[in-house]
Amino acid sequence: MRAAVVSFPGSNRERDIVMALERASGRKPVVVWHGDAEIPDCDLIVLPGGFSYGDYLRSGAMAAHSPAMKALKERAAKGVPVLGVCNGFQILTEAGLLPGALMRNATLKFVCRQVHLRVEESQSLFTNAYEKGQVIRVPVAHADGNYTADEGTLKRLEDRGLIAFRYVTPDGRAAPEANPNGSIRSIAGIFNESKTVLGLMPHPEDATDPNAGGMDGIGLFKSLVDALH
Amino acid sequence: MKATVHVTLKPGVLDPQGQAIGHALSGLGFSGVTSVRMGKFLELDLAETDRAKAEAAVRAMCEKLLANTVIEAYRVEIGG
Repeated sequence: MRAAVVSFPGSNRERDIVMALERASGRKPVVVWHGDAEIPDCDLIVLPGGFSYGDYLRSGAMAAHSPAMKALKERAAKGVPVLGVCNGFQILTEAGLLPGALMRNATLKFVCRQVHLRVEESQSLFTNAYEKGQVIRVPVAHADGNYTADEGTLKRLEDRGLIAFRYVTPDGRAAPEANPNGSIRSIAGIFNESKTVLGLMPHPEDATDPNAGGMDGIGLFKSLVDALH
Repeated sequence: MKATVHVTLKPGVLDPQGQAIGHALSGLGFSGVTSVRMGKFLELDLAETDRAKAEAAVRAMCEKLLANTVIEAYRVEIGG
């Protein structure tokens, strides 16, 4: 699997995602700078976490219009899989590649801790190594992770199995105390219509080392390697 | 020509910052504030001299970048 990671001024998790991709695939991803109008030929494009453009205007708003994003949109339209983590998810919603928006956390506080996620859909490039309903433990670190969308969009996401992950208690129940940011219906990650684009607020790449944060996130990268070789 | 843009969360979208400001105001003894909604204010200097064209351009800017119309509403004023 050849992956490209797009780095923006203010990205700060690109190394984490590069390490996770390399650990799962055995190949070092290419890092592309945001000003590059071209993205090299690859099987997967990743938008990492961080604070692109200092979160000016809105998180992800400026990055969504950078030259590399124009190239990414063209690739995504051709079916090249795209993964957006944290700020990457915010950028994908701002760019219109995923529906809805990510607002300030309901607590108004930056939240940085381990959370539990329930895998809502295992039939995808990104989640096939997990079982549907499986609970995994990964960290979150964000101030703007409060997912929202209109009722019509939420219904479509539910009906078509486009909700990838939900925040849950360790025993797998969606509950307010397990929701770190106030996201509607405890949504932590969603797919686009063709399930070739995944955006999620938590950081699976930071749960891919037994000595630091556990291994529950490796399944996402193994899924991609398995699907894309 | 100057343009001003107000961007606010749409009615019905929860505004926790506005709520926190409301609580702070009542804590300071300003009673009777029933709601606070917080937003952004932008001032633009435009080379355009035609009012209608200026307004159309700024509206396009709002749709594309200045507001996220999933959650935000905007108001454009042209003047000066």
